[in-house]
Amino acid sequence: MLLIPCPHCGPRSELEFHCGGEAHIARPTNPAATGDQRWAEYLFYRSNTKGVHAERWLHVHGCGRWFNVRRDTISDRFVTADQIRSAEEGS
Amino acid sequence: MGEAGIAILPLAPSARFSLRLAAAVVEIGEAGGFWLDIPINTCHVAGERMTVRLGPNEWLLFGPQADAIRHDVAATLGDRFFSLVDVGDRDLAFAVAGIHARDVINGGCPLDLDDIVFPAGSASRTLLGKAQIVLIRPGAERLYRIECGRSFALYVRAYLENIAHEFLRSPGSGILA
Ligand SMILES: [Zn+2]
Repeated sequence: MLLIPCPHCGPRSELEFHCGGEAHIARPTNPAATGDQRWAEYLFYRSNTKGVHAERWLHVHGCGRWFNVRRDTISDRFVTADQIRSAEEGS
Repeated sequence: MGEAGIAILPLAPSARFSLRLAAAVVEIGEAGGFWLDIPINTCHVAGERMTVRLGPNEWLLFGPQADAIRHDVAATLGDRFFSLVDVGDRDLAFAVAGIHARDVINGGCPLDLDDIVFPAGSASRTLLGKAQIVLIRPGAERLYRIECGRSFALYVRAYLENIAHEFLRSPGSGILA
């Protein structure tokens, strides 16, 4: 069982979370002009990092917020957790 | 009830509202007797009205009269961008009290309920078994309020009763007494 550091609630049981996969995958800004290969990469291609990578979690049975963490995929240790800020606040 | 080993009691109906508000709550502070500017995962009781802050922009508001709450909160928030949804009939509540209350809740809830981590005034959305609940500890005594969806109530009650049977030999214990 993972103990996941929610930036709002502190360390909580994995049971309360939903994993959103790899973080920082930008949606193509103009889908109509995006070719099949590029769209497939956006939807399905992931880096499958061995080591520290960024991923998204939703504290669904808690504060209800999405946030980013950096997790070591070998040791399962969480390195950092950050709030996701809105576009107006800047990132 | 403080001396009881474990007691599980259904609570009387209450008005409940879900408040979503994006504005800076620091400048608002209090809306119609509900303290919005409290830390996330805490509750605040003022007379008959209780505020629970579930997240940065989400609150649950409790009180006896839905119409009065709707009026008072809307009057304070004015033309700010917010949503105030009456969820009074969506949820219902149980009290779990007694010296074994924490043990019984932890039979299905992953929260750390130690007094240091979950002191008086704590409140959080979490899980009990497979059901989502809001767990509230208004005061220092061993009395926890469990809010759950109405359709989950039988499941939640049976789940708590099942664990409580372990502690029924403690003096003063009773289920749904
Ligand atoms: Zn959280």
